Amino acid sequence: MSKVIMSGNEAVARGAWEGGVTVAAAYPGTPSTEILENVALYKDDIYCEWAPNEAVAAEVGLGAAVGGARSMVTFKHVGMNVATDPIFVAGYTGVNGGLVFVDADDPGCHSSQNEQDNRWYAPHAKLAMLEPSDSQECKDFMRDAFALSEKYDTAVLLRMTTRVCHSKSLVELGDRSGADVKPYVYNKEKYSLLPANALKRHPIVEDNLRRLAEDAETLPFNKVEDNGSDTGVITSGISYQYVKEVFGDSVNILKLGLTYPFPEKLISDFASKQKTLYIVEENDPFLETEVKALGFKCVGKDKIPGCGELNSAVVKEALTGVKDPSVYEVAGEVPSRPPMLCAGCPHRGFFDVISRSHKRLVLAGDIGCYGLGTYDYSFCMGAGFSSTVGMAKALELQGDKRKVLGMVGDSTFFHSGVNGLFDIFSTQVNVIACVLDNSITAMTGHQDNPGTTKNLMGEDKPAISIEAVVRAIGFTDENIRVVDPLDIKAMQAALNDGINHTGPFVIITKRPCALIKEVRKANAGKFYKVDTEKCTGCKVCIGVTCPALSFENGAAKIDPAQCTGCGLCAQKCHFGAIIKGGEF
Amino acid sequence: MATTGILLCGVGGQGTVTFSNILTKGLMDLGYDVKMSEIHGMAQRGGAVTTQVRYGEKVYSPSLGFGQADIIISFEKCEAIRNIAYLREGGIVITDTCELNGLPILQGAAEYPHGILDELEKTVPNVMVVEANKVAAELGNVVVANIVLLGAMVKAMHLEAADWMGIIESSVPPKTIDLNKAAFNAGYAM
Ligand SMILES: Cc1ncc(C[n+]2csc(CCOP(=O)(O)OP(=O)(O)O)c2C)c(N)n1
Repeated sequence: MSKVIMSGNEAVARGAWEGGVTVAAAYPGTPSTEILENVALYKDDIYCEWAPNEAVAAEVGLGAAVGGARSMVTFKHVGMNVATDPIFVAGYTGVNGGLVFVDADDPGCHSSQNEQDNRWYAPHAKLAMLEPSDSQECKDFMRDAFALSEKYDTAVLLRMTTRVCHSKSLVELGDRSGADVKPYVYNKEKYSLLPANALKRHPIVEDNLRRLAEDAETLPFNKVEDNGSDTGVITSGISYQYVKEVFGDSVNILKLGLTYPFPEKLISDFASKQKTLYIVEENDPFLETEVKALGFKCVGKDKIPGCGELNSAVVKEALTGVKDPSVYEVAGEVPSRPPMLCAGCPHRGFFDVISRSHKRLVLAGDIGCYGLGTYDYSFCMGAGFSSTVGMAKALELQGDKRKVLGMVGDSTFFHSGVNGLFDIFSTQVNVIACVLDNSITAMTGHQDNPGTTKNLMGEDKPAISIEAVVRAIGFTDENIRVVDPLDIKAMQAALNDGINHTGPFVIITKRPCALIKEVRKANAGKFYKVDTEKCTGCKVCIGVTCPALSFENGAAKIDPAQCTGCGLCAQKCHFGAIIKGGEF
Repeated sequence: MATTGILLCGVGGQGTVTFSNILTKGLMDLGYDVKMSEIHGMAQRGGAVTTQVRYGEKVYSPSLGFGQADIIISFEKCEAIRNIAYLREGGIVITDTCELNGLPILQGAAEYPHGILDELEKTVPNVMVVEANKVAAELGNVVVANIVLLGAMVKAMHLEAADWMGIIESSVPPKTIDLNKAAFNAGYAM
């Protein structure tokens, strides 16, 4: 069969299909998002959904697995933190239909708040763990994970990293099997973790893992490459590729594909034969800790950096001392190019207004496109609301008169922001809670969420109204404002009301993302232009920092190709110098 | 055979994805093992983006370290400079003359270094400057600037033997096939 080129994420989706998955759930998060987007290509065979958050996704998956369907759940590494409660439960209940959690770590923090190494979750939550190193393995491991899960009655963690998710390599495809749903059989002792049941499950779980550990010695996921050297390397995942790149066939390699439970005998046999033993892995010393616990001396994190992403040049320099030189240095500075809010982004109007009152406010940010705006701090999803309660208390205790304003996006509101809002209302704390509703999960590339009208399979679904939820909590006309954030006057009025109000106050800014297809169509042909006669070169418009706006020869300039006609800059101009061009 | 490394760099939204899709298909057509790595967290939001492609008889690592790129294809001239550390000794740079202002420039905190290509040419012996945007605009649409660059790269890397026309046909929207082919040929002719 001929090979096709696939990203790791596409290959996992294909492997899921080949492995007989019938239920898939996820909450998006880079670098994992495209997995479920590609599973949706098989929507005739696989039910798939964007869940409101990772915990819900994991519970959908566990419910389906206990019900008898082969099921999968995907998330980025920090998403797994959100999902760990049901994941640890799955560690004890085991499965009926196979259950695979696909986790995507992000060494190098390409798009994340940390470099957490989720391999530790496997022993912690009592999951079997597979680590693919290229797209072919992504597909094959994913396919085989379901039978493994069922055979050992264990949920499986397929652990990927950004480079595995987002690099493409050649894959040989196969057929689908194992999609028959097993009958759901009532078994309360197994599936209800009441204390007495849980205590009984624990030794069974340990036993299942022990059985798997014994079989892991010979399972084909783990491979020894004996090249007759006296130097050996133990590695897994993408690090294997770097090792091969640097050493080729000049060292012996133990490549672990099944990295939990550990094949202790295989590791010991290999380690005992090497004069020098290297452990090459990204971030934490996960394998190294095990090898050392088995009593072997090895070179690992003392040479291989534990922070940042590896590549072959880094591995080469660390282990051989040879550095691929950067040969060329060009004189002169190149200005940085950080990502920024797009032209026409509704968040820009919100930030333009709140940043002018920044002195009176402490701004609690959150994660989403609005992370590219102005705020004092940002922790994790949902904290844009919940943290305001604690911050407001701390400010009060030190006599700081500033008001706390928290922000979450629509997807983040449904994910976990709403829980924070419950607390804000219950405690009647004096904060402003803003939902920046752009009608889509934008940052991760436009996924639907509970507030939108389509599901992942492209079908219509009812949308949940954020305003109705907020009112149901107990907010009323007195302390809710719903505004178009690109209408500066209305936005300013809402903020002023919020600042002058005592007690909790909600502002919902409502305007869809400028990149949504329908919005693009509606904006096609619209743009503003600068009347250079009237432009005084004051640069007030430039202050909104829009990619369509620049300053040239003493006057503002608008790129009609990028401008969406949102009119924010025109509202800012004191001289009427920014006027409509194109067709409105 | 040693592997060859290509680094594409530009700004989110410039068409590096289409470029690399066509490129990898061509390299597969030539019978190479191919790996490609692209980091796209914030790609749509005007940030700097890179894609790395490696090909040869057998490719292990999908990514490149410093000093490991045989060629850099830059869709924006500042990006060529930003990524120059990846170029190996004697490597080639193909760059568009396109200038896009990043955030610090838009905010007035920095100025676009217009003369930066002269500096590049002073340091790197093999620099090919391609006015891909201009050529594409003359052909009818700037969006095919990426394919102009592809044509130039195919020539520079001696990859003519692949069925580029057939691959373009199957990779781009039907209405734009002729435009894309013309762009490829224009780039190749440079
Ligand atoms: C726990 C967790 N899950 C997923 C992500 C990935 N993520 C970052 S921002 C974001 C979406 C935010 O969407 P929304 O709140 O609607 O804001 P927008 O980007 O549309 O402005 C997601 C899913 C994350 N950072 N943390």
